[in-house]
Amino acid sequence: MSTPYAKLPAWADYGLIPLINLSVAFIVAGLVVVLVGENPFRAAVILVEGAFGKGTGIAFTLFYATTFIFTGLSVAVAAHCSLFNIGTEGQAYIGGLGIALVCLSLDSTLPWWLLFPLAIVASAAFGALWGFIPAYLQAKRGSHIVITTIMFNFIAASTMVYLLVGLLKPLGSQAPQTRNFVGGAELPKLNWVIELFGAKIRSAPLNICFLLALVMAFLVWLLIWRTRLGYEMRTYGHSPKAARYAGISETRIVLTAMMISGALAGMMALNPVMGDQHNVAIDFVSGAGYVGIAVALMGRLHPVGIVLAAILFGMLYQGGAELSFEMPSITRDMIVIIQGLVILFAGALEHMFRPYIQAIFASFSPKSVGIEAIKGKGA
Amino acid sequence: MDIFIAIVQILDSTIRLSVPLLLACLAGLYSERAGVFDIGLEGKMLVGAFAGASAAAVFHSALIGLGMAILMSVAFAMVHGFASITHRGNQIVSGVAINFIAAGSTIMLGQAWFQQGGRTPALQPGERFEAIIWPGADAVRDVPIIGPVYSELISGHSILVYIAFLMVPFTWWVLYRTRFGLRMRAVGENPAAVDTAGISVAWLRYRALICTGILTGIAGAYLSMVQNGGFVKDMTAGKGYIALAALIFAKWRPVNAMFACLLFGFLDAASIRLQGSPLPIIGKVPAQFMQALPYVLTVILLAGFIGKAIPPRAGGVPYVKER
Repeated sequence: MSTPYAKLPAWADYGLIPLINLSVAFIVAGLVVVLVGENPFRAAVILVEGAFGKGTGIAFTLFYATTFIFTGLSVAVAAHCSLFNIGTEGQAYIGGLGIALVCLSLDSTLPWWLLFPLAIVASAAFGALWGFIPAYLQAKRGSHIVITTIMFNFIAASTMVYLLVGLLKPLGSQAPQTRNFVGGAELPKLNWVIELFGAKIRSAPLNICFLLALVMAFLVWLLIWRTRLGYEMRTYGHSPKAARYAGISETRIVLTAMMISGALAGMMALNPVMGDQHNVAIDFVSGAGYVGIAVALMGRLHPVGIVLAAILFGMLYQGGAELSFEMPSITRDMIVIIQGLVILFAGALEHMFRPYIQAIFASFSPKSVGIEAIKGKGA
Repeated sequence: MDIFIAIVQILDSTIRLSVPLLLACLAGLYSERAGVFDIGLEGKMLVGAFAGASAAAVFHSALIGLGMAILMSVAFAMVHGFASITHRGNQIVSGVAINFIAAGSTIMLGQAWFQQGGRTPALQPGERFEAIIWPGADAVRDVPIIGPVYSELISGHSILVYIAFLMVPFTWWVLYRTRFGLRMRAVGENPAAVDTAGISVAWLRYRALICTGILTGIAGAYLSMVQNGGFVKDMTAGKGYIALAALIFAKWRPVNAMFACLLFGFLDAASIRLQGSPLPIIGKVPAQFMQALPYVLTVILLAGFIGKAIPPRAGGVPYVKER
């Protein structure tokens, strides 16, 4: 994605502009709050207090953030290769199937530290498989990855419903979900870390998947900016023509990027399934894959930004739950609106304020803005 | 004779189920033919459905409801245009954003205004579009073959159903027989050529998006004011995406779009009808398989295994003057 705009100092590019976009998104969200007849400032205070005020709140915030780190990384890896993976939702759903198969067969025999690595592999493999098919169709048959991944979300949903009301459901049960996993499938909690700081936690699902998510964020950074494969992926993302000229195999890059993306999406399922619910139920992903799009865009596709954005969204989820309790006219759907606004202003309209900021910078010191870049496609 | 009645009934529900798909599909056709990808069809339908049902309930008029549905849907289309035409943002990202804003705000505003868990008040007669009984429909009902076909299939739908099907030849005419249509197709293939001819690319694309907004608004109004007597949260339930699939399946052509939507509507109707009962030869088909079939068919088509779907060449690429 070449920028047809003049250069700005790095801190303005990576700090100021995202901050302005984010603020606009929240101002518009505030207007929605006014529209339903509540005070947006009081709502913001309740939201932040609900997320960070108590130990339990912090633990829940980080639990949600864990999920979003995985999906955000998933979207970002594909995006570095200029592939828009909307299929994170479906890949995570199918990743849950991998976990279910491992846990259902081994949960009473293996301890968690043996079962967890197996589940990681299974979830990643199933997610990668669900990313592989659209990638193959894009690379070999030229079908558009956005459309195929959307279709695969629906196919994943139908497949999982079929399995959960049939094969995976225990006999005699009515609920469309697997039996509850026991023993080894329950991951250790991390709440004691927060309790070290003196906060009290009643019960919160924060678990070691959070650490796994941070490790993955580091590995993604390593992959994208410190390996040959990552360099090839970014090259392909910037210019498929240049990549082809450099002898990079298009098929191999698209397939690898989408499989890594799918694997990260699949691993997201570990957090709710083994860390919290201890079963696989219908629609357990519940939109986290789509939140990943907002998180990746807001984090500007960089793992550090993604972790921060994921924590922000974790805060919105946890604080939003408290908010809907305090202000009944603000339901949890407020988060969906904010999510949409963030995608709109940080994603689609990311360059809206750039010319103005450039003008301001130029009026202070023309040198800091640099020469006008040549206009190219793909603004 | 029983089988015949059953077939007529399935075809009747096929028509009812394919109307929202058809309207949304034609809506997508206008914007994609003009070179603007629109995966926000789902969101715009949802907004239309909500605005329509709430305005109809508040003002006690179906027509005001339809007007509001179109107005709000066009407003959302303009947001998409502002982001993807004026500011040359990523069209897919913008579409995703619109779907989220629509999904969240319809539920929240619905809850805040009507306090019925995201529903709008049930519409009374006069606030909905009623079925139109064609002349003589009751008289010929008992005539074999022609009777049921005339009175069930052709007569007895609401005005929006007929509008939807009339939109097919109309869209064909606009697309292939008017100056606007020619320019719209050109702007989707080669915007630079249109620009060279002295025609504004942005204004053409905005006009195409207005058409999109009008049609998704009608599609939404159909969902909440004809098929259902009020708005229910997430009532589009992926129809916008099926419409998108149908558009690809139809290779971006209006008449094909109608057949694709009828096919997908038929699959839906058949899966409802066949729930649990086995088919001859094939045996019992799981409902989920029938639900997934439109998506699977689209994937197979896109992959070029049955024919080839070639999208408008400039689709998804923001137009920058003076490369």
